[in-house]
Amino acid sequence: MIHPIPFLLLAAVAVAAALGMLLSHNAVHSALYLVLNFITVAIFYLALNAPFIAMVQVTVYAGAIVVLFLFVIMLLGAERLRSPVDEVRGPERFHRYAAILLALVLVGVVAYLLFQGGLDMTGVDTTAGATLDASPQALGMALFQSYVFPFQVTGVLLLAAIAGVVIFGHTKRQGEDNA
Amino acid sequence: MPSAVNINWYIALSSILFAIGALGVLLRRNAIILFMSVELMLNSANLLFVAFARHLGNLDGQVLVFFVITVAAAEVAVGLALIVAIFRTKKSINIDEINLLKG
Repeated sequence: MIHPIPFLLLAAVAVAAALGMLLSHNAVHSALYLVLNFITVAIFYLALNAPFIAMVQVTVYAGAIVVLFLFVIMLLGAERLRSPVDEVRGPERFHRYAAILLALVLVGVVAYLLFQGGLDMTGVDTTAGATLDASPQALGMALFQSYVFPFQVTGVLLLAAIAGVVIFGHTKRQGEDNA
Repeated sequence: MPSAVNINWYIALSSILFAIGALGVLLRRNAIILFMSVELMLNSANLLFVAFARHLGNLDGQVLVFFVITVAAAEVAVGLALIVAIFRTKKSINIDEINLLKG
């Protein structure tokens, strides 16, 4: 797969970018940290023999979705509504400690399981993944042979999303009827 | 240090990213940051899908990532449209102030 040292460097960048997204005061900075995180994950996809998904990650996630975020942030002028420190004050403080505790429990349980020896790899041929054909052509064959019905359902989902966005985004002009 | 990275390393990284995303949803009150945290959680699930596809030598995990990406894109589009609609009426995107339905 990938050598441990570049893995740890990339993982450090990914975690730092995620923390930057979480703790940043300015929503635009959060969106840019999110781009950094998405690009590091795209590099992991390249290392995992998934080049097409890496490209889709960069174009769809780091491109389209984050641009949508930035567009809405700047449309609303919501860069700095409240700082993250102000956001959790007073009676809300209890839930902050509860949230941090729960996140530590999640990471702690996974760490405990990994230190116990991790995933049982007996009987798994881990060399098969390295020679797996993950070209766009092979992915398309898998998508349109085994996953045709989910693919069609995805189309319906996108249509429903378009209809929902158009209804939410519609504003009544002055004098227009309520219909 | 082990000589090669295996699936366990990816499980660890993915769970850390997921926990940070969950913390973002629970801690931040800015609705836009909330949606970004949800994206982070979906992204960590995608990373694990691809890592397991590599581990098991099976392409199905990579195909499922496309469905997750589609659902994430639809969710963000609808969610941001909702935020814009709420901002028009309440002039705020703080989720603690969106309590019109509270009894």
